[in-house]
Amino acid sequence: MKFGTGQSTPRVEDARLLTGQGRYTDDMARPGMLYGTTLRSPHAHAAISSIDISAALEVPGVVAVYTHADIAGYGPIPCLVPLSGEVKTPRTLLAGDRVRFVGDGVAFVVAETREAARAGAEAIWVEYEELPAVASIAAAIAPDAPKIWPQAASNSLFDWQVGNPDAVAEALAKAAHVTRLRIIQNRVAPTSMEVRAALGEFDAEAGFTLTTGSQGVASMRRELSKVILKVPEDQVRIITHDVGGGFGMKSFIYPEYALVLHAARQLGKPVKWTGERSDAFQTDTHGRAMESEAALALDAEGRILALKVETWSDLGAYQAQFGPAIQTMAGGRIMGGVYRIPAIQNLVHGVVTNTTPVDAYRGAGRPESAYIMERLIEAAAREIGLGVDEIRAKNLLTPAELPHANGLGLTFDIGNFPAVLERAKQVADWAGFPARKAAAAARGKRLGRGMAYYVEIAGGGGTEEHADVKVAADGRIEMAVGTQSNGQGHETAYGQVLAARLGVPLEQIRIVQGDTARMEVGGGTGGSRSMAFGGGAVLQCADDMIARGTALAEADLGGDVDYGDGLFKARGSNATLSWAELASRHPGALDGRSRYTTKESKPAPTFPNGCHIAEVELDPDTGVIAVTRYALVDDFGVLVNPMLVEGQIHGGIAQGLGQAVLENIVYDDAGQLLTGSFMDYGIPRADQMPPAVTFETLNTPSPTNPLGVKGCGEAGTIGAMPSVINAIIDALDGKQVEMPATPEKLWRLANAA
Amino acid sequence: MRDFALVRPASLADAAAAFSGGGEAAYLAGGHTLIPAMKSRLRMPDALVDLSGLGLSGITRDGNRLWIGAMTRHADVATGATAIPGLAALASGIGDAQVRNRGTLGGSVANNDPAADYPAACLALDALIETDRGSHTADDFFQGMFTTALADGEIITRIGFSIPARSAYAKFRHPASRYAVVGVYVADHGGQWRVAVTGAGPGVFRWAEAEAAIAAGGALPAMPADDLNSDIHAGPDYRAHLCGVMLKQALACLA
Ligand SMILES: Cc1cc2nc3c(=O)[nH]c(=O)nc-3n(C[C@H](O)[C@H](O)[C@H](O)COP(=O)(O)OP(=O)(O)OC[C@H]3O[C@@H](n4cnc5c(N)ncnc54)[C@H](O)[C@@H]3O)c2cc1C
Repeated sequence: MKFGTGQSTPRVEDARLLTGQGRYTDDMARPGMLYGTTLRSPHAHAAISSIDISAALEVPGVVAVYTHADIAGYGPIPCLVPLSGEVKTPRTLLAGDRVRFVGDGVAFVVAETREAARAGAEAIWVEYEELPAVASIAAAIAPDAPKIWPQAASNSLFDWQVGNPDAVAEALAKAAHVTRLRIIQNRVAPTSMEVRAALGEFDAEAGFTLTTGSQGVASMRRELSKVILKVPEDQVRIITHDVGGGFGMKSFIYPEYALVLHAARQLGKPVKWTGERSDAFQTDTHGRAMESEAALALDAEGRILALKVETWSDLGAYQAQFGPAIQTMAGGRIMGGVYRIPAIQNLVHGVVTNTTPVDAYRGAGRPESAYIMERLIEAAAREIGLGVDEIRAKNLLTPAELPHANGLGLTFDIGNFPAVLERAKQVADWAGFPARKAAAAARGKRLGRGMAYYVEIAGGGGTEEHADVKVAADGRIEMAVGTQSNGQGHETAYGQVLAARLGVPLEQIRIVQGDTARMEVGGGTGGSRSMAFGGGAVLQCADDMIARGTALAEADLGGDVDYGDGLFKARGSNATLSWAELASRHPGALDGRSRYTTKESKPAPTFPNGCHIAEVELDPDTGVIAVTRYALVDDFGVLVNPMLVEGQIHGGIAQGLGQAVLENIVYDDAGQLLTGSFMDYGIPRADQMPPAVTFETLNTPSPTNPLGVKGCGEAGTIGAMPSVINAIIDALDGKQVEMPATPEKLWRLANAA
Repeated sequence: MRDFALVRPASLADAAAAFSGGGEAAYLAGGHTLIPAMKSRLRMPDALVDLSGLGLSGITRDGNRLWIGAMTRHADVATGATAIPGLAALASGIGDAQVRNRGTLGGSVANNDPAADYPAACLALDALIETDRGSHTADDFFQGMFTTALADGEIITRIGFSIPARSAYAKFRHPASRYAVVGVYVADHGGQWRVAVTGAGPGVFRWAEAEAAIAAGGALPAMPADDLNSDIHAGPDYRAHLCGVMLKQALACLA
């Protein structure tokens, strides 16, 4: 079959994971292993006057206490996209003379037991001189706001803009109608089921070994070795075993990853750090956190003339590894979606606050852009008296208009957006809504319906991926791919792709990942890129191994050979050679590494897109909502494993719904984190999900990659935030509401005049 | 969690003796409040005195009282308190299955979390809280946030609930923890009404105006917002409003 297998093959990793055989970082133990813990700042902003570690060193079991003075020789955690230019915001492994958010690391304590390490941390005496904190965008950009980075002109570190401001200004001035909204996208915590952990080991010969849950070992190693540890790359090995959720957050280097390595080298023993849930809430990079002013200009018939968006993006206290890129390079160019918009302007201000650094979170900028556009277009429809489906149908690009350059640097290549919209309406029983609404009203409930047409840029960043194969004497094929499953099921999906290409059973294949000693290159997993790039690498590697096998078989069998169904067959006779036979005759000769690159080695993003339709029932007496129906149609190109895709959709919707109605990181004015545990930070439970998610695809294969896939990991989240909120706004007869739409807010709005 | 000694007494007397054996001690019931507090080092007892070997669990009826042992798990109350369906329903709505399989009646009542469910049932069902030293009426027992009439080291052994003609509990769940933002327990003791409110204020309390109004068949009162709790999830006016909604829901369950 040309495009993978298309079968809903059960996940090969499930037997292992469901029977407790998964191996997560904290499962690792080594003889003589020590335990590390980080002492964190209780203040959002303070100068450190002094640190006294003497009492900590007296605590039984405590082996070492490190402070900034000990690690000053290491580089700071780099921001890879420092849009602030000359103004740097270096995050050292431990705070030097200042702490800048609650949770900023101040000291790292190593002890024989976890408890001793904690007791040691408690015995450290830090004298702080509290400084005024700015804990919100508004506080940070207020005139005379205290500055977090004194060398910067203000807390607004950069302005980034794309589009055509002049054309936008002109269109806004003469448009028949302009819809304006102020939109807040709440700060959320990734809340991966597995919290972060790191095991550091050092060997004088081999150098450092870090075991941690990453989203790709190779890229992490590059920065960790050269920039932070300042050693050659081959002196650092990174291993990632099973990962219990990342959502972008586990792509990044955190101070503990270098601290365990430092301690392991100093102390000559392995050192493990395992975060607690409170560490996670305080220090895992947060997501979203932005406020926007948006305007949509329309002509008298509801055709879009221009879109203007100005966003203040909260970066947290430090520019995180990709932090500044999220609302700009990653998500800023998709503003406006796949609508026909003659003029777009997107201006982003990057603002620092005394809060946890903000970085990529499922969708990384693309949900945020889609959310703004989808809120605007429904508000506009309501204002000018068009149906929310009509206004979209009127403005969506048609297949005949593709390829289409969006004016922000992206060219949409393929898709049939109006058809997807139409199909979604059918799947959602669009026509049956008025009857359902009347039935709800009879029960005292208000039914609302919301739509979202999202488009994503997937696999946008890189241009290459790698796969490396080994064939054992028994014919077993082990292939390493340079991406990293965080639970998505890569072992299964890549296995299917490889099995289909080679014509061998899935059982003969093992997909491995996550060890720089096995493969030191790879782009990792992020931005829904794995199947487009990793899948391409698997195919390339399969073709290369068939070529090697054919050459070997031709030499052995003396003549032309054809490959098929796992066998090399001599053209003139019945003689065949299997992978096992070839591998045992020529040990290692079938093995090799392949590199897949996009055409002309240029970025080749795909554009997954789709239409979500949500219905919510609001109880005006309590403000409680229930999502009663949820339907969506996506264009994901080719599906390698439809069941895995649907799983990604369900999880994505859960996270989008969570952000829309429940999840919220809250700091008080002094920068204290008020939602530092699951007792205060709500995440969706099964009973808050829609009773059914009706999911279909209407696919146009992507021309950018050999599998024709588009990527589906982030899509569910992108569509769910706006469709759910739009449905709630509809239930409120058009009253705008910001996320999270909590019962209290909805009760107030439902009962306000 | 800091190191501690685990003591497993076989009698109430031994338990009390172990408690006062020096150092800071704490009774361990289901551990679903105590252990998290120890993990976050809010509590660091030197000794845990396990109450599970004292025969304190089980449900028995004695005349018009339903006696439930302090160590009875929420899950067992949910299935076993058939004489008071409102109480069984309350127990089935505490936390999640894991919490209900570990958490105990005595632990919840001794802890007196202002958002806990059982204290509302105790007040509305005119409970007697029996201990190794005597007994307390519910009206005297709950003294505001995390404060009770228990003396240091006093052990709740069982709680006797008056079996009402009808009773019901309605709870508005906290979006994250699922404790009560507001919970209202309504009990009809043969024309005598008791209404207890949890979650809304600094501690569980009886809503006298509601009791009088129901008894008189009059219009239901509005809860004044004045002294109610306020946090990021619910302001006082919303809580006050929810008291009315939960009261109505509970009354509707009775019918
Ligand atoms: C995730 C989660 C959700 C929860 N949701 C809810 C909810 O929705 N509603 C609700 O009401 N509760 C909820 N709880 C609390 C739960 O019901 C607890 O189990 C309960 O409050 C304490 O009971 P325990 O048996 O676990 O007591 P423990 O934690 O063992 O003890 C609590 C305290 O009481 C003392 N103590 C225990 N037993 C006795 C006794 N017999 N005599 C004297 N002192 C005693 C202990 O020393 C300790 O100080 C939740 C808990 C968790 C973890």
